[in-house]
Amino acid sequence: MPLEQSTKNMIQSNEQPASESELTIDQWQSQEYKYGFTTDIESETFPPGLDEDVIHKISAIKNEPDWLLQWRLKAYRHWLTMTEPKWHNIHYTPIDYQKISYYSAPKSDKDRPKSLDEVDPILLETYEKLGIPLQERAILAGVAVDAVFDSVSVATTFKAKLAEVGVIFCPFSEAVTEHPELVKKYLGSVVPYSDNFFATLNSAVFTDGSFVYIPKGVKCPMELSTYFRINAASTGQFERTLIIADAGSEVSYLEGCTAPMRDEHQLHAAVVELVAFDDARIKYSTVQNWYPGDKDGKGGIFNFVTKRGKCAGRSSHISWTQVETGSAITWKYPSCILLGDNSVGEFYSVALTNNHQQADTGTKMIHIGKNTRSTVISKGISAGFGQNTYRGLIKINKGAENARNYTQCDSMLIGDKCGAHTFPYIEVKNSTAQMEHEASTSKIGEDQMFYCNQRGINTEDAVSMIVNGFCKKVFRQLPMEFAVEAQKLLEVSLEGSVG
Amino acid sequence: MPRSFKNEKDPWIQMLEIKNLHACVEDNEILKGVNLTIKAGEVHSIMGPNGSGKSTLAQVLAGRDTYEVTQGEILFKGKNILDMEPNERACEGMFLAFQYPVEIPGVGTAYFLRAALNAVRKHRGQEELDAADFLEYVKDKMSVVDMDAKLLQRSVNEGFSGGEKKRSEIFQMAVLEPSMAILDETDSGLDIDALKIVADGVNSMRNPERSFLVITHYQRLLNYIVPDYVHVLIDGRIVRSGGKELALELEEKGYSHINAPMAGSTA
Repeated sequence: MPLEQSTKNMIQSNEQPASESELTIDQWQSQEYKYGFTTDIESETFPPGLDEDVIHKISAIKNEPDWLLQWRLKAYRHWLTMTEPKWHNIHYTPIDYQKISYYSAPKSDKDRPKSLDEVDPILLETYEKLGIPLQERAILAGVAVDAVFDSVSVATTFKAKLAEVGVIFCPFSEAVTEHPELVKKYLGSVVPYSDNFFATLNSAVFTDGSFVYIPKGVKCPMELSTYFRINAASTGQFERTLIIADAGSEVSYLEGCTAPMRDEHQLHAAVVELVAFDDARIKYSTVQNWYPGDKDGKGGIFNFVTKRGKCAGRSSHISWTQVETGSAITWKYPSCILLGDNSVGEFYSVALTNNHQQADTGTKMIHIGKNTRSTVISKGISAGFGQNTYRGLIKINKGAENARNYTQCDSMLIGDKCGAHTFPYIEVKNSTAQMEHEASTSKIGEDQMFYCNQRGINTEDAVSMIVNGFCKKVFRQLPMEFAVEAQKLLEVSLEGSVG
Repeated sequence: MPRSFKNEKDPWIQMLEIKNLHACVEDNEILKGVNLTIKAGEVHSIMGPNGSGKSTLAQVLAGRDTYEVTQGEILFKGKNILDMEPNERACEGMFLAFQYPVEIPGVGTAYFLRAALNAVRKHRGQEELDAADFLEYVKDKMSVVDMDAKLLQRSVNEGFSGGEKKRSEIFQMAVLEPSMAILDETDSGLDIDALKIVADGVNSMRNPERSFLVITHYQRLLNYIVPDYVHVLIDGRIVRSGGKELALELEEKGYSHINAPMAGSTA
């Protein structure tokens, strides 16, 4: 099967140098982030700084209509009145927003390639290094890839096939030009420009991202996949993704990321909006593996993301699955607004923090319609000095008759210098609601480790086996090839965590 | 001597030599000079009252780092294994059937055991088995302890009954084919039928190149797994050694009549 073949290739090229059980902790820890390279492509980059002029320039480069420029400016002016949130359980040196460059694009952007053949070969080589041979994947796997390199999409595949069934899958900036009525109608309809500090910043300066529209009754014939990659130094990346699933349609969207090694922190503030109409299903899967910083906590991506889905129609279904192993800071709460009666929201999450990584992640399930259901499965793993926080809100509004929620929230600690924290909020305003909440915290068992060792399995393999078992409920939700990648990532991310 | 095994290729007629072994937890000495030699093909049993150090001995042999070896040495097939990690000892052919097998949620038994088998095979210079070959390979082994194939698909020991856990331990032993198998109170918690099945499984694996150390509290198991030697461990020392009839004597008279410790006795 071509799909398997391609997955295999990916894994092979992801392979670490053989690490034997005799490797000491120091040796493990000194293994460098394997995606830590930069590509030598000339970038057109704005000087650092943010003002209305910068926003005008971004909008002009993208040939945006005036309404979008005005929307950006409205967001920017609102952002100026806001302060960075402080309620989260993460700590970092203050971000100087005037020291960030807000636009960077590969030079070849001016002459956007029409097909893979026209794509800058150095760029394609980058994907090769990443283990994502774009052409091979496209041909073998039947996955349409909208590859985002820095801030501009440079390759979009399989558009023709998708167009046959009326599916629109294109870079956000292209959607603005080609489908302005859809963008205008839904942009900000789930995450308003004034939503929160980071989403508002994104609304002002977002450069590109993906746009998906699935027409009525259409089951998207392939999984849609986007690989994000941050490249140019000191460049914040502000992605904007909008997915609309019209009545009775279905789509599965995959998002995966790696980033090259950098010494200074890089800010990333993305916004993802999903809209599902009657009986529509959206499945959104993420594997996030951005540079987490070195073992002393130097460098790494700051990842402040706003992801929200609106189950607007009856019996609509939105499912978030995330595997978060990268970034120095992860701050994200993929949420569902369950507006339509009988709608369903799901959140499956694995968050791993090793070394000095910090994660404050979880979900919000807002039950508004009748008979709405939500499921939350969160698995947090802390190793090294990692701090891992689950933060969740389950809100049952007054009119949400017979709403149901099931939450399971488990934490695993590896070593004695890490932390696990849980902040589950539950607000119920309707007495017919059924709420279940289970939570556990465990230390990776010494007796489990010994049992594995006694059977001949070395410590490194044993840890990854036990942790993968712990995360199984979430991995089961991922599309097959992603599940394999996720397990691999977990293994790599855990290296050096156990002595 | 029940020794009929001659093999020039096999330099380790002495399977296991334990010399003056002292081990402690924190400052508490539990093993106080254990001496024991097990030859290839032999079955030895260690009996003793609660708290005498039986399970500690098993764990120390397997390399558990909760215990600190303060004196003495352990030679396994002529190699000093005290500096070896537990997984290295396992790869060399040391197997411990646990008294309390742990559960590993989310990790399928087949997956777990294939990883274990492949680690051992790799160490032996054999080719690793893929999933299909592995399933073929374990088919026979399942019958050794009459194990239900469904258990392979379940998570390691998760939700297993006491009997299923013990069977699974013997099944794993059959799969890994160790040269030195230690059974730590494998009989505890088993009804008589399960006991027979487990014992039959062990007996079917007896051969001139494999040795067993059977740790038990009761004589009952030894009716089914008949040992060549029986040792009595009291207060961290082997105080008496004898043939299988010693087990019957203990059953009849109890441990209390053995009141003359013979420190430093050897098998």
